[in-house]
Amino acid sequence: MKTTIERSAFLKALNHVQSVVERRNTIPILSNVLLEADNGVVTLTATDLEIEVRERVEAEIAQAGAITAPAHMLYDIVRKLPDGGQIELAKDENAERLTLVSGKSSFLLQTLPREDFPAMARDEMPVAFALSGTDLRRLIEKTRFAISVEETRYYLNGIYLHALEEDGAALLRAVATDGHRLARVQITQPVGAADMPAIIIPRKTVSEVQKLLEEAEGEVSVQVSDTKINFAFDNIVLTSKLIDGKFPDYTRVIPVDNDKVLGVDAKTFAQSVDRVSAISSEKSRAVKLSLDTDSLGLSVSNPDSGNASDEISVSYQAEPLEIGFNARYLMDITSQLDGDMATFELSNSGAPTIVRDGEDTHALYVLMPMRV
Amino acid sequence: MTGSAGSSPKPDTERAAAAHSVCRDCGTRSEVLTDSRRCRVCKSPRLIIHDELFQLGVAHIDCDAFYAAIEKRDNPDLQDKPVIIGGGRRGVVSTCCYIARIKGVHSAMPMFQAKKLCPEAVIVRPDMEKYQKVGYQIRDMMRAYTPLVEPLSIDEAFLDLRGTERLHGGPPAQSLVELVKRIEKDIGITVSVGLSHNKFLAKLASDLDKPRGFSVIGEAETVSFLADLPVGAIYGIGKSMQKKLARDGIRSIGQLQKIDERDLVARYDSIGLRLARLSRGQDKRKIVPQSVAKSISSETTFNEDLDTLAALEKHLWALSERTADRCKRKNMAGTTIILKVKTSNFTTLTRNRALADPTQLADTIFSVGKILLAQLLSDKPGTKYRLIGIGVSGLVDGAHADPPDLADPDKTRRKAAEKAMDDLRDKFGRSAIKKGRSL
Repeated sequence: MKTTIERSAFLKALNHVQSVVERRNTIPILSNVLLEADNGVVTLTATDLEIEVRERVEAEIAQAGAITAPAHMLYDIVRKLPDGGQIELAKDENAERLTLVSGKSSFLLQTLPREDFPAMARDEMPVAFALSGTDLRRLIEKTRFAISVEETRYYLNGIYLHALEEDGAALLRAVATDGHRLARVQITQPVGAADMPAIIIPRKTVSEVQKLLEEAEGEVSVQVSDTKINFAFDNIVLTSKLIDGKFPDYTRVIPVDNDKVLGVDAKTFAQSVDRVSAISSEKSRAVKLSLDTDSLGLSVSNPDSGNASDEISVSYQAEPLEIGFNARYLMDITSQLDGDMATFELSNSGAPTIVRDGEDTHALYVLMPMRV
Repeated sequence: MTGSAGSSPKPDTERAAAAHSVCRDCGTRSEVLTDSRRCRVCKSPRLIIHDELFQLGVAHIDCDAFYAAIEKRDNPDLQDKPVIIGGGRRGVVSTCCYIARIKGVHSAMPMFQAKKLCPEAVIVRPDMEKYQKVGYQIRDMMRAYTPLVEPLSIDEAFLDLRGTERLHGGPPAQSLVELVKRIEKDIGITVSVGLSHNKFLAKLASDLDKPRGFSVIGEAETVSFLADLPVGAIYGIGKSMQKKLARDGIRSIGQLQKIDERDLVARYDSIGLRLARLSRGQDKRKIVPQSVAKSISSETTFNEDLDTLAALEKHLWALSERTADRCKRKNMAGTTIILKVKTSNFTTLTRNRALADPTQLADTIFSVGKILLAQLLSDKPGTKYRLIGIGVSGLVDGAHADPPDLADPDKTRRKAAEKAMDDLRDKFGRSAIKKGRSL
């Protein structure tokens, strides 16, 4: 193998793929990135056996071939090379090592045989559809904060993505919950997604896709099977295994008759929550909301440090109510609302509360109260 | 240090010209002016004599062969026979009386070995409930003398009697003598007392003169007393630390006393600091009444080693119920589930798992415990187990237990079902209702 590649393009691709490589690996080959040079393109592949990321970069290929080299180290080297340069990569055929030369800098890296690199099985993907990067980002960004880290209920460690029809509208819906809060966000169903099996996308995949989407433009094509999902955009293809489990029936926990409606300015509210919770303990992050006609009192009481209270004006017409929530959960939700206004629909101090994002009917959050 | 009750007094107490004394029979307090070692009032030889006797106020009280003593009390036929408390077809000696100890039997010894050493021994199955009740009675009697009672187990406790002189009209030593007499009379068992100026030394002292002992370690002789003891006498210095010290040539506390504190810290880190302080008899720990529980658990040793998931799970369910019961009774809930097993070759293994919410439900404890157990068994195929236990830690107030869960809509129903079962049992007894899986 022998190829010349532009430093900035190589760096960008390395940055993308190295992210999936775990810092500590018991299987040495998983620390490496696979470089395949052929037909004017270098393809970089990295995997942790659950997720595989492949990215294609144009390059001058003097001699086709393939090699694997330590992903983080290679990324670190390329990152530290001067901008605007060219990098020459060559496989030292006898010693099985990779030489990397750029200007007067040169490196000789240990490699592992290309044959050892685990290829992810290419399943048949019966469902295929396309959606905009903006829509996919939205589904992820608005739900991922609610993903559980609980080991026992591993089926909550991801985003539940499924197609459904509701009130005559075809939707693609993402749901995540950790038992304390639940996020439900949907978009109009993309063509071809109707027959999609309901799937759970693991947390790490969600965060890798989110990172890759940051710089992506345009459409993302998605392919789904019962066990895998595949995202393709720009020159990148990410394939991931899915969580094999059953997501709970979340529709049963979304209240339908919460009749006490509280309207708040999301930013003012979040700031007030943040302010009073400055004195809360690490252990209990409870903040008490005291609702009265057009007024909301927020208070925190911490036996170790003291009390805090604040008041903001809101719109509220129902009977007075006192209810407690975890401050962090309130801020997690309100911090990623798009609209200026947040609407809370409450029932009583022990029942789940709904939070809506202004006029947006496609995003809905459910929050369990805390005892205060 | 002073022994008494028949043990020959040490020479240094004989020369104590004006040492303080308390009579263990009649409680008379006096100053011993001559070398008389009998009480001036009742002529009893059971005198505690020590220079600092009236200044010391930290005590450790340890019941003598507690379980065996209770059984002897309740069955006078056993009085002059060797009695071993221990259970089951195998199991180990949990306590044995002093007659059995003469034959070489000791607690934690395998039962077959104990039987070999002492074939005439009467073996009694432990009745934990009874012992617990007696233990609580004794604790209550202790609390009549000071609120600062820190139980270490069912049959031993630290008492801080400093500052009670005016209340009780006498020094702590005299109050202790009175307390011991009451325990002997009202409960019908004997205890041993260690009196000193801190917990570490009080505990060492109580062990010096068992049974029915009363030993005193004063500040003056602290360092010299400790010097001759092996390093293992320091609490928390286990076998591995002893080995480590032995490699460095340190076997006695006296050797530690000669090493500078800073050197010990440099060599052994934070444990070095403890070695430095404790070897010189310095222990600043306070006596904390009823230390707060950190975990709630139950465990059981099987009659025969088990190796299948199904067999182990059966025990796990019963223990999960017991742990849940304890949580509910104490109005506590745990945020982490801890599974413990002991293999047939006595290796203890534990696995734990954090929960999303605190629990006190048997159902939740069991279902998480089951997952941990299955993983553990698949990690170590072919292993046999002799013990299993399940508990919860990260305890919080029971008011926060098992809140409604957005990811588990049926939880509220299961909680209500368990509550209904608990209520039935409260009314009609433990066996009134059982889950199918426990049959």
